[in-house]
Amino acid sequence: MSETVIKCESVYKIFGENAKKMLEESNGNVDAKTFQERGCIVGVNNASFEVAKGEMLVVMGLSGSGKSTLLRCISRLTDATGGKIFIEGQDLLELNNKELIELRRNKMGMVFQSFALLPHKTVVENIAFPLQIKGTNTEESISRAMEMVKLVGLDGRENYFPRELSGGQQQRVGIARSLAVEPDIWFLDEPFSALDPLIRKEMQDEFLRLQEKLQKTIMFITHDFDEALKLADRIAIMKDGIIEQLDTPANIVLNPATEYVRKFTEEVPREKVLIIEDVMDASSKDNLGDLKVSKDEIIENVAEKILTQEKLVGVVDSNNNIVGSIKPSKIIDTVFGGRKNGS
Amino acid sequence: MEYLKKYPKLFQWLFLLIVFFALCFAIDVPETYKFIRGQAEFVKDPNQSVYFFLGKEVRYYAFDVFWRLPPLLGWLPIWINDSLFFLMNEWMPMEFWNEDTQEFKTRPLLLEISRNLTSFMTFLIELIREILLGGLETIVAFTSWDFIDAYPWLELPGLPWTIVAAGAAILSYKLSGKGLALFAGLTMIYISIFGQWKPSMQTLSFILVAAPLSFIFGLGLGIAAYKSKRVEKALYPILLVMQTMPQYAVLVPALVLFGVGDHAAVIITMVVAVPPMILLTILGLRAIPPEVIEAGRMSGCTNWQLMFKVLIPTARRDILIGVNQVIMVCFSMAVISAFIGAKGLGFNLLLALNQLNIGLALEAGLCISLIAILLDKMSLAWANKQTDYFGNLTFFQRNKNVIFFAASFVIGIIFAYVGTFIFKGSFNYLFEIPHNKGISTADFWNKGVDWIFDTFFVYIKAFNTWLIQDVLQPMRALYLRMPAVATLVLAVGAGYLIGGVRSALVVAALTLFIALSPWWDRALVTLYMATFGVVISCLIGFTVGTLCFQNKKSAAFMLGVCDIFQTFPSFVYLIPVMMLFGITDTSVLIAVIVYATIPATRYTIEGLRSVPVGLHEAATMSGVNKFQRLTKIEFPLAFPHMMLGLNQTIVFALFMVIIGAFIGTEDLGQYILKALSDKNGAGIGLTLGICVAFIGLIFDNLIRTWVGKRKKHLGID
Repeated sequence: MSETVIKCESVYKIFGENAKKMLEESNGNVDAKTFQERGCIVGVNNASFEVAKGEMLVVMGLSGSGKSTLLRCISRLTDATGGKIFIEGQDLLELNNKELIELRRNKMGMVFQSFALLPHKTVVENIAFPLQIKGTNTEESISRAMEMVKLVGLDGRENYFPRELSGGQQQRVGIARSLAVEPDIWFLDEPFSALDPLIRKEMQDEFLRLQEKLQKTIMFITHDFDEALKLADRIAIMKDGIIEQLDTPANIVLNPATEYVRKFTEEVPREKVLIIEDVMDASSKDNLGDLKVSKDEIIENVAEKILTQEKLVGVVDSNNNIVGSIKPSKIIDTVFGGRKNGS
Repeated sequence: MEYLKKYPKLFQWLFLLIVFFALCFAIDVPETYKFIRGQAEFVKDPNQSVYFFLGKEVRYYAFDVFWRLPPLLGWLPIWINDSLFFLMNEWMPMEFWNEDTQEFKTRPLLLEISRNLTSFMTFLIELIREILLGGLETIVAFTSWDFIDAYPWLELPGLPWTIVAAGAAILSYKLSGKGLALFAGLTMIYISIFGQWKPSMQTLSFILVAAPLSFIFGLGLGIAAYKSKRVEKALYPILLVMQTMPQYAVLVPALVLFGVGDHAAVIITMVVAVPPMILLTILGLRAIPPEVIEAGRMSGCTNWQLMFKVLIPTARRDILIGVNQVIMVCFSMAVISAFIGAKGLGFNLLLALNQLNIGLALEAGLCISLIAILLDKMSLAWANKQTDYFGNLTFFQRNKNVIFFAASFVIGIIFAYVGTFIFKGSFNYLFEIPHNKGISTADFWNKGVDWIFDTFFVYIKAFNTWLIQDVLQPMRALYLRMPAVATLVLAVGAGYLIGGVRSALVVAALTLFIALSPWWDRALVTLYMATFGVVISCLIGFTVGTLCFQNKKSAAFMLGVCDIFQTFPSFVYLIPVMMLFGITDTSVLIAVIVYATIPATRYTIEGLRSVPVGLHEAATMSGVNKFQRLTKIEFPLAFPHMMLGLNQTIVFALFMVIIGAFIGTEDLGQYILKALSDKNGAGIGLTLGICVAFIGLIFDNLIRTWVGKRKKHLGID
């Protein structure tokens, strides 16, 4: 695996007056109910995970599940009550105010659900804001901001004010602003939740296009499971502050770890999520028919071709080496079959 | 029994009232009691008792303790006076270098600070006055009279009035548009032609000093309160008292600390104008969405950058509404400060009222009202104006307002110069029209007033006599018949029924303060006048508000009228009533009613408007008629907001009653007016002011607590 950028070790965030003391007393065994009785609310409960460079981790949960709180702990907009957070090996909680500001000015960018644009600045001024805060001179920051305007496709509107833009356009500004300082780490807090479904899809595609180009390390928060499946390298599903399962989209769909996760996966159209590799049989490579499909192909795209075959279909990797095979009936099994015998 | 179970609260209230009236009847008026007129407390009288507190001798009439509590707080004003005197004249003597005598002199620290502060304020005011009206003082401040004698051309000519008028119009155009520009220009021309230029510019210079200083302090304290809970907690009670304290009452201590004149008035104006600025700053900063703050933090802002580049620009509108409030308070203080010798329109108004020259007073009053409207509209337009992008405009487009002003500056000077040829030997009307040398309609108005008096004298007199003899006198007697203990029981009971123990304690403390001061009788008279005013105002306000609400246009129109009337300094309201009813309680009460009807009407309309549209539709679909909708849906939902209106109505009424003392009423205000001309008046004035503020706060506490509970109950907020 490539290097780890974000690393969390048993992170807790508990709101309330005696939170710190109660956490110490509980020895890491936090029960939300007993805490609530004593006036504390548990936001994040024992979160441990790592995010590798260039990886996109999507944190999925319903409202109140603590996903936004977790993100705010990692960006240190709130201080975690317990545990350790490392950003590129640096202990985040040990940083003083000045070091923290330096880190944010150079390494981090964040996009917000409500866009959070400054109403008194134009599009280009909003995008240039983090640069100007850093002390970049006006000319340079504006020309850099103009590049960003082009990147998110807002050319021609750079001198508009946020109040003159639609929601989707405003969020493009928010995205451009968060990218202006060329951060390595990109936080997105439900960036598309406030948008209409059609615009949302358009923005998701746009976002994937950007990420392909930029290859940032990303933590993406959403309450939309479909969005998580569409975007994620890995998904963390949260409930009541606890990470219920952290895995690749395919594994989550095929092997839900808890009842709660399984409820989400029930309605998911598998053929749109799973790739051939997830369902192929790697042991049998003989008696193949003429058709060969790539292991990275999404099932939906090749299902029709496979179903016309009678023989086993060969699965190949990017170098055209045969890595396994798939029975046409397997496709039918996957799409229509029982819920728990996927692979 | 059935009813008792159904409406337990109702019976608790009934019980409270029964106890109150029982107490009232049980406690007899002591034979020695008489309503104290004048300064009887300070005259030796065989019936008086004396007690000593902290070495201070306090005299009082030994009433029955149930009837009137002994004035155990009688030492407070004396003590305040002595402390102030000590602080000003004896505390921390230090050596200070005296520029005039070229030697060190020993002076108390506070006196020196006060003198330096006042001379600084005087300098600022003079500077602006000289720009507007011409003069020498500022130059002398930097040089000397000898220097001026040697170079007489240094004398600063004032700006010709044409330039100021053009400037006002251009600024209005930039802020709002043609309509306001026209209004600004016409106002300025009116002021000039009617010979009110000099006092108007004096008032304006006063505001131009007081408002920016108040803004800076208010913003600073507001930010401090936003950042620190502790600062906010410390400021909160002061803000609360300042909101209900009559502006009039703070003038008195200002006299002692800073003397008489514009400088004292400016300093005390700041004391009054800063609280609303603080409140609106806190409100504005609190209203910023948390994500904007987080966005600022994630952009790597330091605390300083976050405050000045993110928070304040985002809260711009609320902060500018605060500026609007500051300007309006400064303006009304500029008028009232005439009582402590501030120059300007207020002074002329006061003079004219003292001479009973209603015509002149009316002209000054109209001038004040026009300027008030203009200042209000301009500052509101500023608050509502959104930032525009100028990057792609040409140089001329970007700077056209500056260019226009420069042009009008030149033209104005040419006009003034030409004027010297046209008006040879007389006043140069194109430069400045001297005070009272313009057109005056005073005679016309005076004759009109005389005519009204001659024609309607009988009717007005009859109405007046009826009102005073058959309504006001009995009502006053009833109020004065209220024993202190019974009133205390009533207030505490009401507090307990509405807000529980906490409210009861707060109300008890406030009532006790008034009961233990030497002015319980006066407080009751104040209360009676305020009650009379409030009841009538509410009747009018609720009716008018409800009627106007039936039609969108009339509602908007009525709110506009309220807006305009609210900008007038309260003092102005005394002019027309004095015109009609002369110097009587009736005049004051009518002024109170007019003034207090504004919030009653406004809150009624706003309350009815705030009923959600969804509910309207739901009601219509259940088939209610208009009247049913009003009584079953709109009134119950709007009632909490209307009660807030009642709260405002009470505060407005109290303010007006106090100012009414100028016409001569027998309430707390009369003593405040007396304290203004008394060298030992500071303590009395301040204590009286606190008493009035506490009357307001008692009602404020009860109403707010009730409204809070009610809103929670209804689930609206």
